Amino acid sequence: MLPRIAGFAAGLVLAAVAARVWGAAAPLAVDEVAPGVFVHQGRIEDLSRDNGGDIANIGFVVGSRCVAVIDTGSTRRIGEALLAAVRAHTELPVCYVINTHMHLDHVFGNAAFEGEPGVEFVAAARMPASLSARAEAYLRTLDHEVGEAAAGSRAVYPTTLVDDTATLELGGRRLTLRAWPTAHTDNDLTVHDEQTGTLWTGDLLFERFIPIIDGSIRGWLDVIGQLSRLPAKHMVPGHGAVDVAGGDALSREQAYLANVAETVRAAIRRGDSLRDVLDAGDGSQIADWALAERFHGRNLSAAYTELEWED
Amino acid sequence: MKRREFIAAGLVLAVCARAGVAAPTKKGPSTAESMDVEVWQGLRRQLFGEREIAIDADDVIGLETPYRAADAASVPIAMRGHLDGSDGRYIKRMWLLIDQNPTPVVGVFEFFPESAGADVETRVRVNDYTFVRAIAETSDDKLYMTANFVKASGGCSAPASKDPAAAAQSLGRMKLRIDPPVQPGGAARAQVLIRHPNVTGLAMDQLTRMYPQPHYVRKITVSYRDRPVMNAEVTFAIAENPSFRFNFRHDGAGVLVVHAEDTEDTQFEARARVDENGMS
Repeated sequence: MLPRIAGFAAGLVLAAVAARVWGAAAPLAVDEVAPGVFVHQGRIEDLSRDNGGDIANIGFVVGSRCVAVIDTGSTRRIGEALLAAVRAHTELPVCYVINTHMHLDHVFGNAAFEGEPGVEFVAAARMPASLSARAEAYLRTLDHEVGEAAAGSRAVYPTTLVDDTATLELGGRRLTLRAWPTAHTDNDLTVHDEQTGTLWTGDLLFERFIPIIDGSIRGWLDVIGQLSRLPAKHMVPGHGAVDVAGGDALSREQAYLANVAETVRAAIRRGDSLRDVLDAGDGSQIADWALAERFHGRNLSAAYTELEWED
Repeated sequence: MKRREFIAAGLVLAVCARAGVAAPTKKGPSTAESMDVEVWQGLRRQLFGEREIAIDADDVIGLETPYRAADAASVPIAMRGHLDGSDGRYIKRMWLLIDQNPTPVVGVFEFFPESAGADVETRVRVNDYTFVRAIAETSDDKLYMTANFVKASGGCSAPASKDPAAAAQSLGRMKLRIDPPVQPGGAARAQVLIRHPNVTGLAMDQLTRMYPQPHYVRKITVSYRDRPVMNAEVTFAIAENPSFRFNFRHDGAGVLVVHAEDTEDTQFEARARVDENGMS
């Protein structure tokens, strides 16, 4: 009897140890795309149980004083794995967590960084309103699509807001933040690392993963024009490749959005309803973009409800 | 509350799984299966008491919805009355309901003998995986329902405004578009658009920790040649910048008037003169 209880207890202890080791997130794989600039590539997929929400490019920049994290993933667990990746490269504190916009795949890992002493959460001025309008729906989505791996995820709001531009000092390294007019969303923020000429575009730039309009198609086309004139050596898109030169990737995105705008304008001129437009375009003909069958219709819908107000 | 929602969601999912096998042609569960949803049972009592509701009613009322919503913030929906008047009846009222929305009643639409059929298209916010219901009341006081299942979730889809600042800036602007009738004297189609943020009041302002006042279009009145076409009482489940398409009987030249009112009692009006060929 006694040995059996002891064996049972030992089993419990082992299980607890195993749970702790398994639960302490393994560091996310990151690429150093420029000195001190680390990016994890999210999978080019929509949220699923299989990918646990790991679908966005997220990462960090290391200065001599501290670290800035740029986007945190869809779940608390991904945020923890990102923090583990930071810890695998440096002992410096995380002084800033920057969110490039309010979408859940860029924000819901924030909670993993709340315990960092003195950390500031930074985002564009309109981000908190946009996130709070969606937070409940996002949690439901995580529950439906990701399930258990999203446990403990919740919205953590910015403590520092950027109206126009701002500069963050990481020690020997300066990040310039810029908030843009409504484009991919109404709260897009880019992060420029002057030292390496690296521009984190957030979801203003999608590579391979179909661009998703959740702001203004006209505004986005305008911002793409401005981004293409910036002297960045590296661009880190929000989805797809983690290091692109800018030019080609921006042109492909521009071409897709311009095509959506033209298709929709022609439909509106013909008097087609939103339903007609959605029935006609399921994305199966958009061969260049991953997940077109999932998001092209959504883009047609967003473009239609915006462009029907044009004169 | 939370717990009830979960129970309802569980029921829906169970229903869904069964239907996957049973109904290969129509996507999602049937109207009959929608009857089990707890939210609906409460709504039914509240709105219709003990009245009977017929559910095999495709010949009376049709409901068109996407099975998976492209954008939860603006899901196109059509309710189409199918009575042609040959049996002397017409549809005098239609309800549009979304079970899992915070306010399930999207709107009540009223029609008249001189309306060119009860037929309305609009765009709605859909919060979750849910049944959407169209219920028609005919002139002989009978009720008919059809229900579709809609999956509005996934990706970064949320029933929220994309650019609330822009919508608020041009609040009250209206567009009225008229498609001439196929046959003279027949039904002409019109669409009205109203620039309005249709604020739900459900999202807390993170800076003030306060909830904003709901502010949405609540009433639409349409007339042609001073005769009623459609009256609607609607809620903030209607998408930002509300859009309605409907029919009116083009029995000669006249003026189509669309009047709207929001929850702050602001009045909006658009008029279009239509000639004898139905051109505006």
